[in-house]
Amino acid sequence: MQFLLRFVIGGLVVSLFAMFGDALKPKSFAGLFGAAPSVALATLAITVASDGKAYASSEACSMIAGAVALGLYAWLTMQLIVRWRWHGLTAALIALAVWFGCALGIWLGVLR
Amino acid sequence: MHVRFDIRAAAKTKWYELLVRFVFGGGITVIAGLLAKRYGPVFGGLFLAFPAIFPATATLIEKHERERKAKKGLCGKERGRLAAALCARGTEIGSLALICFAIAVWKLAPMLNFAATLAIALAIWLGTAFLAWRLQRKHICSRI
Repeated sequence: MQFLLRFVIGGLVVSLFAMFGDALKPKSFAGLFGAAPSVALATLAITVASDGKAYASSEACSMIAGAVALGLYAWLTMQLIVRWRWHGLTAALIALAVWFGCALGIWLGVLR
Repeated sequence: MHVRFDIRAAAKTKWYELLVRFVFGGGITVIAGLLAKRYGPVFGGLFLAFPAIFPATATLIEKHERERKAKKGLCGKERGRLAAALCARGTEIGSLALICFAIAVWKLAPMLNFAATLAIALAIWLGTAFLAWRLQRKHICSRI
C-alpha cells in the first residue's frame, strides 16, 4: 500500500513540476525544473511518516551525491547534443550511465 | 531576456506524454523507496536526485521546436537540438540548487517540523536556482 502511495504521489509531483517547466520560457530557465526536487519531495514526505526524521535526514545527506551526479549528467548531455550533434533523448539516456557511475562512485568512495 | 509563463506551451503536451512522465516519476519514487528499504537510506537517498524529469522534457522540447518550424515549412532539427541543449544547461545550473536543497533538508530536518523543513528547502532551491541562472546569463551577456 505504501508503495502504491509512493507511485501515485511521485508520479503526480514529477508530472506537475515537468508541466510547470514546459510552460516556462526561456528554455534555459525551464531547464532548471529538470533538476527540481520532485522525487525528493514525494519520497521524503512519505519516508518521514513511515520511518521518521532521522531516516529522511540520512537520505537527504546522500542526495547531495546524487545532485552532484545530476550536474555532471546534465553537462555531459549538453556536450553530446552540441558537440556530437546527438538527439536530446539519445544523449539523455546514454548519459544516465554517467549519473549511475558518478552517484555509485561517490557512495562507494565517500558515503558507505 | 525575461522569464515568461506560457500556458499554451504546456497545453501542447499530449496525454500519452503526460502518462509517460507520471509512470516514470512514480516508478523512480517506488524504486528509491525499495532501494532504501533493502540497502539503507544512504544508498536510497542517491536516487532522490535521479534525473526523472529531464529526459522526457528534453525530448518534448526538441519535438515541439521541430513541429513549430515544420508548420512554417522549415526544418527545425538543428533548432530542436539546441533547445534541448539549453534545457540541459538549465538542469546543470538547477543541480547546484538541488545540492542546496539537500543540505537544507539534511541539516534542518532534525531541528524543525518536517513540513517547515521541506517548505524552507524548496524556497532555497527556487531562490538558488533563479540566482544562479541570472548570474550565468549576466556572465554570458558580459562576454558578448
